[in-house]
Amino acid sequence: MLHFLIIAPLIMAILAPILFKKIKGVHTGWFILVVPLFIFIYLLSLVSTVIHKPLFLQLNWMPSLGINFDLYVDGLSMLFGLLITGIGSLVVFYSIYYLHKTEKLGHFYVYLLMFMTAMLGVVFSDNLFVFYMFWEFTSLSSFLLIGFWNHREKSRYGAQKSMLITVFGGLSMLAGLVWMSIVVGTNSIRGLIQHADVIIQSDYFLPILLLVLLGAFTKSAQFPFHTWLPDAMEAPTPVSAYLHSATMVKAGIYLVARLSILFSGTDEFFLIVSGFGLLTLCWGSYNAVKHTDLKGILAYSTISQLGMIMAMLGFGTGVAVFAAIFHILNHATFKGSLFMVAGIVDHETGTRDIRRLGGLFTLMPITATLAIFGVFSMAGIPLPILNGFLSKEMFFDAAVDLRLESGSIYQMVAPFFPVIAVIGSIFTFVYSMILYFQTFTGELKLSKLERKPHDPPLGMLLSPFVLVVLIIVIALFPGPFNHYLLTPAVAAVMGSEVPHTKIYFWHGFFNAPLFMSLIVLFTGTLLYFTRSKWVHVYDRFPGSWSMNKAYDSIVGGIFKGSATLTNTYMTGSLRNYFRIIIGFIAILGLYTIYITTGFKFDQVTNSALAIPELIIALTMMIAAISIIFISNRIAAILALGVVGYGLSLLFVFFSAPDLALTQLSVETVSVALFLLCFYHLPKLKPEKDTSGSKLINIIVSVAFGLMITFIGIASHSSKWFESISDYFLKYSYKLGGGDNVVNVILVDMRGLDTMLEICVLGIAALGILAMIKYSRKGDVE
Amino acid sequence: MEIIMSILSGILFTCGIYLLLQKQLLRVIIGTGLLSHGAHLFILTMGGFPEGAPPILKEGVEFYRDPLPQALILTSIVISFGVTSFLLVLAYKTYKTNKTDNLEELRGTEHE
Repeated sequence: MLHFLIIAPLIMAILAPILFKKIKGVHTGWFILVVPLFIFIYLLSLVSTVIHKPLFLQLNWMPSLGINFDLYVDGLSMLFGLLITGIGSLVVFYSIYYLHKTEKLGHFYVYLLMFMTAMLGVVFSDNLFVFYMFWEFTSLSSFLLIGFWNHREKSRYGAQKSMLITVFGGLSMLAGLVWMSIVVGTNSIRGLIQHADVIIQSDYFLPILLLVLLGAFTKSAQFPFHTWLPDAMEAPTPVSAYLHSATMVKAGIYLVARLSILFSGTDEFFLIVSGFGLLTLCWGSYNAVKHTDLKGILAYSTISQLGMIMAMLGFGTGVAVFAAIFHILNHATFKGSLFMVAGIVDHETGTRDIRRLGGLFTLMPITATLAIFGVFSMAGIPLPILNGFLSKEMFFDAAVDLRLESGSIYQMVAPFFPVIAVIGSIFTFVYSMILYFQTFTGELKLSKLERKPHDPPLGMLLSPFVLVVLIIVIALFPGPFNHYLLTPAVAAVMGSEVPHTKIYFWHGFFNAPLFMSLIVLFTGTLLYFTRSKWVHVYDRFPGSWSMNKAYDSIVGGIFKGSATLTNTYMTGSLRNYFRIIIGFIAILGLYTIYITTGFKFDQVTNSALAIPELIIALTMMIAAISIIFISNRIAAILALGVVGYGLSLLFVFFSAPDLALTQLSVETVSVALFLLCFYHLPKLKPEKDTSGSKLINIIVSVAFGLMITFIGIASHSSKWFESISDYFLKYSYKLGGGDNVVNVILVDMRGLDTMLEICVLGIAALGILAMIKYSRKGDVE
Repeated sequence: MEIIMSILSGILFTCGIYLLLQKQLLRVIIGTGLLSHGAHLFILTMGGFPEGAPPILKEGVEFYRDPLPQALILTSIVISFGVTSFLLVLAYKTYKTNKTDNLEELRGTEHE
């Protein structure tokens, strides 16, 4: 059943365009909505089973390769599955009101459903390679969704950027996964986890870890790969809400969480994951402050929140993992609602620029009220009705608790991590305040808006409303969520039952987390009210340190570099290519002779010198060399003739009568042909060549000639086995009925060669005829 | 003798390659001619030159020259003749069409 449900969105994706074309009256989204809703309900029905015993469902796909569509459902994948389908349903519902029927809805829902299948596949797959397949499928469908409005240049840029970065990470991850499966000898994720010690103790542990984390970091927009996410905001807002806040960017988180049983406990994992997580937290929240675009702020805020979750997974302690899982849930609720609110504001006012917005509270009271919960939850305002506050407290708690861990690495970082966490949270607070108060309070700038805003239709408000209700419900009644979702998920990540963690409404007075929250609140408020003084600091830094510039220069540099490289050797000059080819052959040949024992010089098998042959050989040498220097056409052709006739004389001396005959006649015809043609060709000009290129020519040709000579001497001096010619000599008469062995070989023993050689002659003749007789129009005859 | 012949075919190859690297089409074709001569000589040399009669069976003769390289060379001569004549006509046609026999001028304006 679950197998079918994972594929169900894909099947629906086939129907979506048909529904869009055939049924014009109803918004296509209504049909689509059924799918995620049904899967959501089905998954809910599984929850009570899964908390007791994880499900394992097998389906053979390519058993001979060990690639099977096996599913594993435990608390962690269940949490993600519910998020994907639950928020998916809300997003589809929201998109029904957000996207007008004139948009290419057929395309939109196909991409969205593809994405849903891919994401469900990622979280439920147990097989490494199936997991990877779905992983890349999310990259692909995300690419299509970001570029949905493909007539806009920025959409295309954003789509390309996200594709390049996430696929780069995905491929690195594939290398890591393959490596792991080779080390352990299984393709199953559960199998890997059971053999964690094999991987940790293998020599390749560090490269495997780095490669896998590269996949997770690029997907989850961790520093320095976060740069694709803000540009992905060109996608329609429902897509941003779904992919870039709640689901796809959590795929990397899922991967780290899934494999943290494997890696956690090692110092490398702790340092890399929590270090980069905290760095991303600070960098993202700091950068969010200076943005003026609502979705830009939300994108950087997503980056920083993902960094926070990643950091907690890196801590790897019970409370930290619990906080991470809790925050995954909380972040999905409040960030989803905030994106939807941003979409509503955009929809109603025509702009997302906070410099043009302000004072919308009076005009859009419902939207503003919904936003206040999301924003305050994101900021972690100490109110026990906001789930963000609860998980942030736990985050601080986890950071402070690090000092209690044994191990030198924990002791080393323990003083710093809480401080970094607080700094990141301060900026989180500041941008949250900017986001809310700049949009909904202050002066109303109606003149700058395209239309007079008012609250949107109820349908559009329903999805954010549901999420806001969830924010409050999770905060007020965390018990059931804890029991059914969080505890099983934490157990799946930690690999064992954790001591029952309670979610406190209130940590009580005089403890570190509350104290840290108060610092955040106080400093954040101060920074918010004095922000006009800080503006130039935000503008100046990071300035040229932005990762966008790095990305642009890398991509641009690759284009430019490859163009330069190609232009250096693809010059269009045949001589140049020929030089390179011959030069390489010569270098390879000579080098091979040099490094191997291939070169032998053996006098024994040499036949005796004979004076007539020697004289002919000398003549041929002189003739060949003189051709180079001759600048008279006839003389050159005749010198070539001398070489040819010399060769036929050699054939005579070496007892090859047929060869001598053929060579003589062919040479005669060739010389005649040359003489016929040269009449039409221009006179030989003395070669005007730079001395440099002349030198290269000389070196290349001499090297090649040397190679030929060496090969000749070496192969003559080493006889490995007897020639098969004895057979020909013995059976020429018996089998072929002829005395002339060469001719018997040509027409009898190896007749196929001769037939094809006749073909060659025929084709050459036809080609010559065609060239002379027929020509294209406009060619000079 | 084999050493001398190896050196000779090496020299033929050297001159052939050098001519191939020149600009004028006629020189290039002469270069291919030299190359094929070199190759034929090379094949023959590889067969070795032990004493023996031409490979035409006769009563009372015990040692013959190796017939196989000869058959191969015979095939090769014919093929290279076909190719050379084709090249010659091609060069003629190229010159008629483009009014130049300089390879450097014959290359496209776009690098590709």
